[in-house]
Amino acid sequence: MNSAAGTPMQAILSAHRISKSFGEIPVLFSVDFDIKPGEVHAIIGENGAGKSTLIKILSGIEQPTSGTISYDGQTVTLPPNGEAEALGIVLIHQELNLAEHLTVADSIFLGRELKKFGFLDLGEMRKRAVAVMERLHVHVDPDARINTLSVADKQMVEIAKAISRDARVLIMDEPTAVLSVGETETLFEQIRRLTARGVAVIFISHKLDEIMELAQRVTVLRDGQLIATVGTEALTPDSIAQMMVGRELSNLFPPKHEPDVDAPVVLSVRGLKAPGVKDISFDLRKGEILGFAGLIGSGRTAVAEAIVGLTHKSEGEVSVAGKGANFAHVGQSVGAGLAYMTKDRKGRGLLLNVGLQPNLTLLTLKKHLKGIFLDSNSEAKALERAVRRFDIRARDASVRVGQLSGGNQQKLMLGKMMESEPDIIIMDEPTRGIDVGTKQQIYHIIAALAAEGKSIIVISSEMQEVIGLSHRVLVMREGRLAGRLEGAEIVEAEIMRYAAGIKQGGDDERINA
Amino acid sequence: MSVSTHEAAKPVKGLRIDFKTLGPLLALVLLVILGYSLNPAFLNEGNVTNILTRSAFIGIIAVGATFVITAGGIDLSVGSMAAFIAGVMIIVMNWAVGSMGASIWTVLIGVGCSLILGVGAGFINGFLTTKAKIEAFIVTLGTMGIYRSLVTYFADGGTLSLASGARDIYRPVYYDSFLRIPIPVWVFIFVAIIGWVLMNRTAFGRYCMAIGSNEHVARYSAIKVDRVRTATFVLQGLCVSLATIIYVPRLGSASSATGVLWELEAIAAVIIGGTMLKGGFGRIGGTVIGALILTAIGNILNLTEIISNYLNGAVQGVIIVAAVYLQRGSLRTRRKKAE
Repeated sequence: MNSAAGTPMQAILSAHRISKSFGEIPVLFSVDFDIKPGEVHAIIGENGAGKSTLIKILSGIEQPTSGTISYDGQTVTLPPNGEAEALGIVLIHQELNLAEHLTVADSIFLGRELKKFGFLDLGEMRKRAVAVMERLHVHVDPDARINTLSVADKQMVEIAKAISRDARVLIMDEPTAVLSVGETETLFEQIRRLTARGVAVIFISHKLDEIMELAQRVTVLRDGQLIATVGTEALTPDSIAQMMVGRELSNLFPPKHEPDVDAPVVLSVRGLKAPGVKDISFDLRKGEILGFAGLIGSGRTAVAEAIVGLTHKSEGEVSVAGKGANFAHVGQSVGAGLAYMTKDRKGRGLLLNVGLQPNLTLLTLKKHLKGIFLDSNSEAKALERAVRRFDIRARDASVRVGQLSGGNQQKLMLGKMMESEPDIIIMDEPTRGIDVGTKQQIYHIIAALAAEGKSIIVISSEMQEVIGLSHRVLVMREGRLAGRLEGAEIVEAEIMRYAAGIKQGGDDERINA
Repeated sequence: MSVSTHEAAKPVKGLRIDFKTLGPLLALVLLVILGYSLNPAFLNEGNVTNILTRSAFIGIIAVGATFVITAGGIDLSVGSMAAFIAGVMIIVMNWAVGSMGASIWTVLIGVGCSLILGVGAGFINGFLTTKAKIEAFIVTLGTMGIYRSLVTYFADGGTLSLASGARDIYRPVYYDSFLRIPIPVWVFIFVAIIGWVLMNRTAFGRYCMAIGSNEHVARYSAIKVDRVRTATFVLQGLCVSLATIIYVPRLGSASSATGVLWELEAIAAVIIGGTMLKGGFGRIGGTVIGALILTAIGNILNLTEIISNYLNGAVQGVIIVAAVYLQRGSLRTRRKKAE
């Protein structure tokens, strides 16, 4: 599809033995990376493998702790704060960096506005914006406000903006995560047009098939180490997955115990409507692990928060163990034996500037009262128990939680939820941004809890996690349940079809589910 | 506890943290040494008693402010609130003297009235902050103006004076001593101990710290954030009321000039004591020391000729800025570690 793939050509941008630490926490170890003009080079790895850090270094946003960057064969220090754009290296963030209230034409020229007699030359900017978009076959109204565009169109505006700046290296962080299949195809066509013109594209994705389709080379990172850089022709999705995880996937997840189809329903949700949730109904049985899959923003967290009373539901009935459970406050849901573990452990889950003990007992402080006074002995014992049970590793209990690794923070948060001795636990992204070893521990803890008779909802954007853990999977799309999968139906492709909206259904079997 | 190598968290406490904990105390000790070397009269029993008594007003209010600030709020209205409560107390007591003569009951009616007003005013601040969702800064800026102008209005621009009959009965509350320690100091000690226990040994104190540290985490941890926040303002109102109860017998009067800038002195005492203005970390012991430091500075300047007493505010200002600088210094290293 382009000339660069086979012929030896000098790299346009390369990184040599790049290492990076944040404080005392190393995130990249001596990583080599290069990209040639006209090439698509994918970076793949688990969450927390160091992909984002690597592309931030390649675009100058972060400076490496050691190692060198070469651009056009010259060793350079890339300027920070996105100034590397002027050199032709443009990073398109996952969350897209567009000012929501500007028009498309304004956005394309943001920061280097054309002027006439000191005033903005609006006509000329609009004309040139239209020209750039035409060249790229982007069909977006140049006068539309950014906040009226779909995510896919915003992405196209970002690309147009980059190209209008003569980008030579385009770095995209999970551009397809929030796109439908059709939109993804359009994006890929665009990328192929760009590479045909000699633009180098670095591309992060979790979707192996996309990488196989689009990239010439793949760099696999794991725990901050470079595992391999290989041509896609030599790879299969399985071999990439194995390199990412570093072990047989089957070992990662504990064996699923047989779900008991006659087990009583412990949580029942009917016609739930809340902000971001449009008519959700499902049942959860005792001892069951129910997966919630779907794209980011499909409303899974909103469902959980509405159930436990963090947000107000506008309609619908929730019952726990057969009793009406319309919680107005988290305290009520905890009291009823239903605990929700947030996905945002740093912003919503833990107090980063205090130690382990106050964090562990914050949800259940009333258990540690002697009269009106706090019993710090009882708190210390609880911490000791939690440390043993969840293998929380800290130098000592006085360490501030912000200094713990993501995995230990996650285990502490899990311990905090379990202090309330819930029967039903909703875990939102329980392994986001933590290392594989800890992931495996958490998977085993989840499976053990279910085997004990606890009922668990796992909300996860990691397909493997949902598949590896769940007895049943509900797939959400745009605030609704798009599909329900059970047993052998639980495969990646099927979940993806529902999540992306290619396949619909599931509502007919609502009551049974 | 298990030890992990990849955690590799080196000790970060060291000198800085120790300095942070003991810093205010150290500063006070240095100040006392300085005061004594400049003028040995500084450590006379009379002068020490004087410093303690004077620091009681600001100190008691500052204990309440420690809770408000720890929970992430701020209360600018305390000075005007004190003036307002003092004014209303005097009006009510004068009325009581007029209608049933001066007795111990006159004073008790005044005290009861003060407590109700303090709790009520605190509740209003808390309610507007939590239910109407207006920033505490704005709410208390508003109530500050309201109370100040009300007391001016009640005094008709002049001074409200307590009827002499009641003044004689009330006088000992400020001027008498118990075990050679003046009553206001006892009240200060009492408030500080209760405050310390509340902050460090009860769920309420823990909740204040959690809310000030991260309101979202508190909400997700089933803490009734609005209720706790409101309680901190009520507690602040109660402290203002107690301070006013021991302040009124001192001069037996109230005017628009009563309690001017007390809010800033109270906040300064809290900050010098090591509580973070952003919230999340409160130190009652530090606050007590902060109040003593502020009073001692004024006292030393009074006793010496080196720096003019008119520069009292300047010296206090330097101390406040220095204290906040030290706080921020340790915060910066902490943030770096957290990443």
